[in-house]
Amino acid sequence: MLTDLMSETNGLAGENIQLCYHCRKCTAGCPVVEAMDYGPDQLLRMVALNQQEVVLSSRDIWLCAGCYTCATRCPNDIDIAAVMDALRQIALREGYTAGERDALLFHRLFIGVVQRLGRSHEAFTLGLFKVFSKTPLMNDVGAGVGLFLRGKVPVFPHRSGAASDVRAIFQECLTHDQPEPKPVDQAFRE
Amino acid sequence: MINLSQSLSTRHSGSKSMEYSYYPGCSLHSTGLEYGLSTRAVFEALDIGLVELEGWNCCGASSAHSFSHTLALALPARNLALAQETRLDVVTPCAACFNRMKSADYSLRNDAKTRSELESIVGFQYSGEIAVRPLLAVLYEDYGVDAIAARVRQPLTGLKVVPYYGCLLLRPPEVTQFDDPDHPKVMGELLQALGAEVKPWSNATDCCGAGLSLSRSDVVQNLVSRLAERAREAGADALVTACPLCQVNLEMRQTKDPKMPAFYITELLGLALGLPQASQWWPKHLIDPRPLVTAVGFAVE
Repeated sequence: MLTDLMSETNGLAGENIQLCYHCRKCTAGCPVVEAMDYGPDQLLRMVALNQQEVVLSSRDIWLCAGCYTCATRCPNDIDIAAVMDALRQIALREGYTAGERDALLFHRLFIGVVQRLGRSHEAFTLGLFKVFSKTPLMNDVGAGVGLFLRGKVPVFPHRSGAASDVRAIFQECLTHDQPEPKPVDQAFRE
Repeated sequence: MINLSQSLSTRHSGSKSMEYSYYPGCSLHSTGLEYGLSTRAVFEALDIGLVELEGWNCCGASSAHSFSHTLALALPARNLALAQETRLDVVTPCAACFNRMKSADYSLRNDAKTRSELESIVGFQYSGEIAVRPLLAVLYEDYGVDAIAARVRQPLTGLKVVPYYGCLLLRPPEVTQFDDPDHPKVMGELLQALGAEVKPWSNATDCCGAGLSLSRSDVVQNLVSRLAERAREAGADALVTACPLCQVNLEMRQTKDPKMPAFYITELLGLALGLPQASQWWPKHLIDPRPLVTAVGFAVE
């Protein structure tokens, strides 16, 4: 449990969401708001009110497509896309189940392939996604075959020579992102 | 924001050679195959040298930033380090790759703390001497619209198109530093120089749904079908993009017939420049553009 979701979010995103005065330009221009439960401006308010459970388990934070329309239009210059990134990171760290399971699954598979090969590889990512996602197995099979027939999903990954460097970068970033270890007595009190 | 009137002047002297380091990104070897092929062919025809970065890695778009801010900057920073060694500005055709690499460059340039962290993680020293450029900027600002118009062999007369920028070439504007985020002009002027009929429309900078394509294909279907519908209302027969994710979403997720093809800007450049390779690009599309290409008077094999 976090003490305060807002300061945590502001810190990670490098933003200041108290500046939001709910003009709702972000929500009005959001391309995926129809699929969301709350929309960006309500989400900002709920973060300010420390409603951790609702925010961090919401589908909205996983539906954000990162298009930066909201960030570009916000009269108070809040980079709401960066806030969404921060909320996803906090949700994962705090162990919440993603409100859009398959969106997280896709990101996990994509980044997992990059971590191992140094480059992304559609055939692996698509194949694994088909196996593990909740979308019906036959969805997108036609599109996949279409891409394959056009030579667009090479089966064997390209060896870039980047793989070992990239693995090292992942390792470094993991170490970098670990929060400072807490003093024993403080951890005990929590 | 670039100075558009200045950019209109022809800066390509024809004698001075142009050369860039080149970051193709993963998509140009897979779903965006024809974008990579047409970029290579067009740049060669225009005598613009491209030196592909050796051992480049995936930039992490559009997933790394869900997990770690540091990772999302460190992955493209490694490519930037490779580009820096060439001492050549780096050109990136993919809008998402451009956005990630430019974001890394922006942080390295403006944030001393992040710079020292990234330098230590990636193992390099940032010089800030090279610029990260989207493909459109190289064509428009460096080569010049007039110089491109002068190279047109067969104008695209009768081809009615709308330029579709999507998100990541333009936003966030303080990072991308390219064109106007609300009323971009670059692609429209390039297409006009090729002789195409550019239709005005209001959706040039709307989102295609990007990385939601697999997990929420219903959302992406709605978005791209609406885009195609608006393009048709504007009187266009095709969309033109400079982003492999936009292109594949547009062609894979349209639901309403007749379906509208989406060209890469470099494909239309190649066509107008009279490049014979163009015939090899059309069969790569998920929506066959050949009926449209022949209808405006071009032979296809």
